[in-house]
Amino acid sequence: MSTATDARTVPVTSQLATFWLDGDLYGVEVEHVQEVLRSQSITRVPLAPPAVAGLINLRGQVVTAIELRERLGRPARPAGEQPVVIVVRLHGEAVSLLVDSIADVVDVNVRDFEAPPDTLDGSARDLIRGAYKLAGQLLLSLDVNRAVGT
Amino acid sequence: MEGLDDIVEEFLVESHENLDQLDQDLVALEQDPRSRDRLSSIFRTIHTIKGTSGFLAFNRLEEVAHVGENLLSRLRDGALDLTPSRTSALLMMTDIIRALLAAIEATGGEGTVEVADTVAVLAAALEDVPTPAAETAVVEAAEAVVAAESVVEAAEAPAAASVKAEKPAAKRAPAKRASRAKAAVPAPAPVPAMETVAAPAPVAAMPSAPPVTPPPAAAPAPAAPLAPEPGTAEAGPKARGVADSTIRVDVDLLDNLMLLVGELVLTRNQIVQYAGRQDDQDLVRASQRLNLIASELQESAMKTRMQPIDHIWSKLPRVVRDLGLQLQKNIRLEMEGKDTELDKTLLEAVKDPLTHLVRNSVDHGIEATADRIAAGKPAEGVLTLRSRHESGQVVVEVADDGAGIDPAKIGRSAVAKGLVTPDQLTRMGPQDLLQLIFAPGFSTAAAVTNVSGRGVGMDVVKTNIEGIGGTIEVESTVGRGTCMRLRIPLTLAIVPALTIECAGDRYAIPQISLQELVSLDAEKASAAVEEVGGASVYRLRGELLPLVRLADVLGLPSDRHDGHVVIAVLRSEGRRFGLVVDRVINTEEIVVKAVSSVLKAIGLYSGATVLGDGAVALILDVQALARRALRAESADRQETRAAITAAVATQERQRMLLAAIGGGRRVAIPLDTVTRLEQVRSDTVERVGSREVVQYRGAILPIVRLDRHLGAFGNDDRETLEVIVYADHGRSVAIVVEEILDIVDGEASVHSDIDDLGLLGSAVIGDRVTELLDVRAAILAADPAFYNPPPGMPDAFAALEAAGVHLMEV
Repeated sequence: MSTATDARTVPVTSQLATFWLDGDLYGVEVEHVQEVLRSQSITRVPLAPPAVAGLINLRGQVVTAIELRERLGRPARPAGEQPVVIVVRLHGEAVSLLVDSIADVVDVNVRDFEAPPDTLDGSARDLIRGAYKLAGQLLLSLDVNRAVGT
Repeated sequence: MEGLDDIVEEFLVESHENLDQLDQDLVALEQDPRSRDRLSSIFRTIHTIKGTSGFLAFNRLEEVAHVGENLLSRLRDGALDLTPSRTSALLMMTDIIRALLAAIEATGGEGTVEVADTVAVLAAALEDVPTPAAETAVVEAAEAVVAAESVVEAAEAPAAASVKAEKPAAKRAPAKRASRAKAAVPAPAPVPAMETVAAPAPVAAMPSAPPVTPPPAAAPAPAAPLAPEPGTAEAGPKARGVADSTIRVDVDLLDNLMLLVGELVLTRNQIVQYAGRQDDQDLVRASQRLNLIASELQESAMKTRMQPIDHIWSKLPRVVRDLGLQLQKNIRLEMEGKDTELDKTLLEAVKDPLTHLVRNSVDHGIEATADRIAAGKPAEGVLTLRSRHESGQVVVEVADDGAGIDPAKIGRSAVAKGLVTPDQLTRMGPQDLLQLIFAPGFSTAAAVTNVSGRGVGMDVVKTNIEGIGGTIEVESTVGRGTCMRLRIPLTLAIVPALTIECAGDRYAIPQISLQELVSLDAEKASAAVEEVGGASVYRLRGELLPLVRLADVLGLPSDRHDGHVVIAVLRSEGRRFGLVVDRVINTEEIVVKAVSSVLKAIGLYSGATVLGDGAVALILDVQALARRALRAESADRQETRAAITAAVATQERQRMLLAAIGGGRRVAIPLDTVTRLEQVRSDTVERVGSREVVQYRGAILPIVRLDRHLGAFGNDDRETLEVIVYADHGRSVAIVVEEILDIVDGEASVHSDIDDLGLLGSAVIGDRVTELLDVRAAILAADPAFYNPPPGMPDAFAALEAAGVHLMEV
């Protein structure tokens, strides 16, 4: 989408809002995140690409919800588990991502950054910029622009 | 004020605003005489007034502004310094301009406002003379004016200076200029610019009412030398002048207001819905008030953005005239409904498509004068623009009385351009064919002209109109003319819509496409919804309405299992179809929200909205739905037909179309063999050799009259013929019957062995003996070569050629 993300430039230190998805910890730049919502009713969109979970009403704004599990090629969320909605703002437009649960905002340093692990498979690999090695946990840095570009 | 035309009114509003600013600027300028910015701003204001007043023939106003402009330009360039006397002169100019504007506003003309003294003061200020000298000059000028007036008989002054009086006055002025110039010249002492010298002259020469020129001594004071018009007394004290009754508002602000009102309407919907479920009477009452007020507010907010369509129409007479001249066509433009108002944004969006349609009508629609005369029409072509409000929409028509569009020609052209296949062509009705002109890459003009397009026009028009939620239809009668009809929503932001449910989700359908709702209970539905060639149809007041099941289109299972059928009858591109939904919820005003491009690309949704209860609903794109569903449908039907080509022989277990053929006889025709039911005007039936044919969708359709074929005595002199069109392998024949009666299940029928020519037997259907038509024999009677299709010869032409009939291209 934008050239900045294509170049995969990583600032020295940055803050990532982190969340859990199918047992892995992911992070997106804090400045992209507008808000986090729980228990939103989602209107499905027939014939939409599978990653589009539907539309949500964000205070009168209609916002597309992307199922990040589908996007990253993970199995569907177990029935009965409510997703958490992360609303991100890109190019002035709000898009929401459905994740399993939200975690902390984490300060990361480029020292700890590494290219995406080889174990990541194709579709996910395109959406992950790389991993930060935190104590006892890998934090995968999600390329938001690509993630919402269904 | 009614008498003023828009341009003058706009000029007045603008000038009044600018003058207020000018006052401030001038006073501020005294504190800071060197401010270039302020001087430039003043200069621009006066320059604008000068230019516009010249254009509108307000000569005195122009006069004053012109001298003022000269002074200002020298001040701005630093050639002169701003002295208090110059400031006074400029303020005096401002006042006299105000007085002139007031006179224009009150009477439409400049009235008796005298400007000579102001002009003289300004002219004097142009000179680097000390104040006393200027005063003298002013006095001299005044004297000069008086002198001039004594020469010009006061009697000449028209009492009521109407707009009309204005023009002769203006014309008289130059004539007298020469003689009167001398009287004025002495006033402004040696002036370098010739222009300036000449300037006061015509003013002095102007005939004016009783010579009430204000004392020049009062010049430095802001004098308002407005002599009241005798003629305007009854015009009386106007409640508000033009400048006071309007304000300029940023369109962005209005947009924002509209957005907020939209949100308010949504919230209102929610509250009204919620309150409706409560017992609290106070709450219910309050919500009703809220309901009313919100509606009124919405209407008022919408009105702020409304402009009459004349704003875009006013440019068209010129377009038509120029184009007519260029093409050497004599065309009269008529306009009906100029005052119809619509949203400014929509107005802008419609402007280009409308202009294109008009150009197109002039270029392609209306014939050359010679052709018109040859066709027995008046030499002068008439292009009519009509607009009106119709059920919450604005309908705009561009109609011409030209040659019309020949569907057959369109069809051939479309085939030649590869837009449709000959096979598809045989299945298209005249209306479908006309719609082809909106297909991308289609242009019927034999020669591409530089007037209307290179074949990129109509599809762009259509795209633009649909982009604003509108529709376009074309109606045309060969030889009589063409009418393009645009339907445009009143406003973009809020649209009335029908909310429906399908497979558990709610969807909104814009009312603009909705024609009616049909609800059938299970019993009725099973009888009234029929299958014709594999596609569902419903017979709506005798017309076959193709049905599209929304659940099927969306790929979802319908949750309506009780057999009820709810049909929303929709119109798209001049065709009707029925959308079968699970249930209708209600009508609601919805605020259209854009959806992301990913969802737009699906081609079914034009947007989304938030419903009264806060849920998001998708807005169905009816045009896209029609295109998608109806096309898919016909593909299905072709497949179905391919699968049952052998069906003619195994017709025992089939649904039958019952038709009367005259003489009380009824025949049953297997429904699978029927492609369409049509009505054909009997005067369109032509004879080719010994056979009868009819032109149908750009092809020639052989006809078999079932009454003659079966030896019945039908009534020949009917105006329209009921026709059953049978198509196979790209060929069609038309079977003419007297009346189409019903569609029945043929299973329960009992066959007896009446053997007659053209019949397979007979059966008792619905308690009456009905003959079973040997379709094959009937078709062969019309087209002997029907069942041995020569490859590569796709339509009925081949058959007729095989029959030794020579065809003329039509």
